[in-house]
Amino acid sequence: MLHETSLIRSLQIQLKVIGALFMREILTRHGRHNIGFLWILAEPMMFTLGVTGIWTLTGSHHGSTIPIVAFAVTGYSTVMLWRNMPARAVDAVIPNLSLMYHRNVKLIDVILARLLLEAMGSTASFIVLAILWTSIGFMKPPENILEVLFGWFMLGWFGLSLALLLGCLSYRSDLVHKIWHPTAYIFFPLSGAAFMVDYLPPAARPFILIIPMVHGVEILREGYFGSMVHAHYDLQYLTNVCIALTVFALAQERYVSKRIVLE
Amino acid sequence: MIYIKDVVKKYHIRHGEVTVLNHINLTIKPKENVGILGCNGSGKSTLIRLISGAEQPSSGSIKRLMSVSWPLAFGGAFQGSLTGLDNLRFICRIYEVDIVSRIGFVQEFAELGAYFKEPVKTYSNGMRARLAFAISMAIEFDCFLIDEVIAVGDSRFHEKCQLELFEKRKDRAKIIVSHQPDFIKRHCDKAAVLEKGVLYSFDTVDDALIFYDKHSIST
Repeated sequence: MLHETSLIRSLQIQLKVIGALFMREILTRHGRHNIGFLWILAEPMMFTLGVTGIWTLTGSHHGSTIPIVAFAVTGYSTVMLWRNMPARAVDAVIPNLSLMYHRNVKLIDVILARLLLEAMGSTASFIVLAILWTSIGFMKPPENILEVLFGWFMLGWFGLSLALLLGCLSYRSDLVHKIWHPTAYIFFPLSGAAFMVDYLPPAARPFILIIPMVHGVEILREGYFGSMVHAHYDLQYLTNVCIALTVFALAQERYVSKRIVLE
Repeated sequence: MIYIKDVVKKYHIRHGEVTVLNHINLTIKPKENVGILGCNGSGKSTLIRLISGAEQPSSGSIKRLMSVSWPLAFGGAFQGSLTGLDNLRFICRIYEVDIVSRIGFVQEFAELGAYFKEPVKTYSNGMRARLAFAISMAIEFDCFLIDEVIAVGDSRFHEKCQLELFEKRKDRAKIIVSHQPDFIKRHCDKAAVLEKGVLYSFDTVDDALIFYDKHSIST
């Protein structure tokens, strides 16, 4: 472990460390009892199933032509994606501080390992539910699967960069933890999961499109339902937000990791 | 070699800043056993954390040209819901060491029996400390960092640790911080005294001990 380490070697070490943290995270999060690591899939699935059930019973799909199950699965799954990563990140740093006694374990590794697990869980849950409902005829297959994946990727990018930022900021101030949960709660109904921008009065659309998640959900639904819906989004806007968040998050990571204080 | 050059460490507290380490210089050669004496609050543990690379200096530089351990027998990174074996696996993974070849050693050395495969939260303090020490010995380093006297377990286990560290690893460098002069005298070739964040280096351990006796109010 020389002081001067090549970039490739550093990358190798970092991947190994993230992998080790990831394995550790799976075990500490879900343990070995009953279905074990399958909970990473089952947990978000239970949420989505519950919400699908409620929306079906209350008929809250605003009189659109989209079948309610598909609407709920494409909607609520996206919420899991952008909401769960930040929720896991805001309490990632402090309980894992002592891991940084091992020099190669960096702040960003600890956070990324958690986010990776979270993103995998939400993604697997979305895919499994979509396949399940499609195979028994509750849902139709997507019209443009690549666009669905692209929308999902953009939402994942948004969630990941937001999570990294909040995770680092939460080390600097407890306020982040306190503010994030109500914020996420408020943004859930505004995120586009439970409506499409087209259902709103034209005057309201520019305002709702300030919220970045809405663009991602619109892209995803356009991919899924194609001609059945009329999507409103600005890919450039969403990309800009994600880039800005990523840059800001990495800067914060650098700032915080230089000033981290172990017990 | 480890070169510590002009290292300053400041911490932000509610009312401004405290300087814990003030322009520290120290060089550690291979195979050298260096003792650092200091009272409580003199900055010993901070220095160890900086040398280990867990924290970054506010200014100055630390160059490690040999592999440096984490603070020896440190068990704080154990995850309670993981078993002793899981924790060993994690450490082996991050240090890129073959796991299978280390299991036997750690299991035997830590004397945990069947508890090796039970969650660490069910361990007694003694068991936890034995596991921490055993895992520290499972990964080889050129330089070991030792924060305070290692008094692990009963006297028999304590002896076993001393043998493993100071006899079997005689050829490794060690940096030992302690407030107990006897321990430093027994194990070190060279010593320095840390007082209020300033490091005073001496050529012989005895000179360091004389200085420490004179300046330390409490031991």
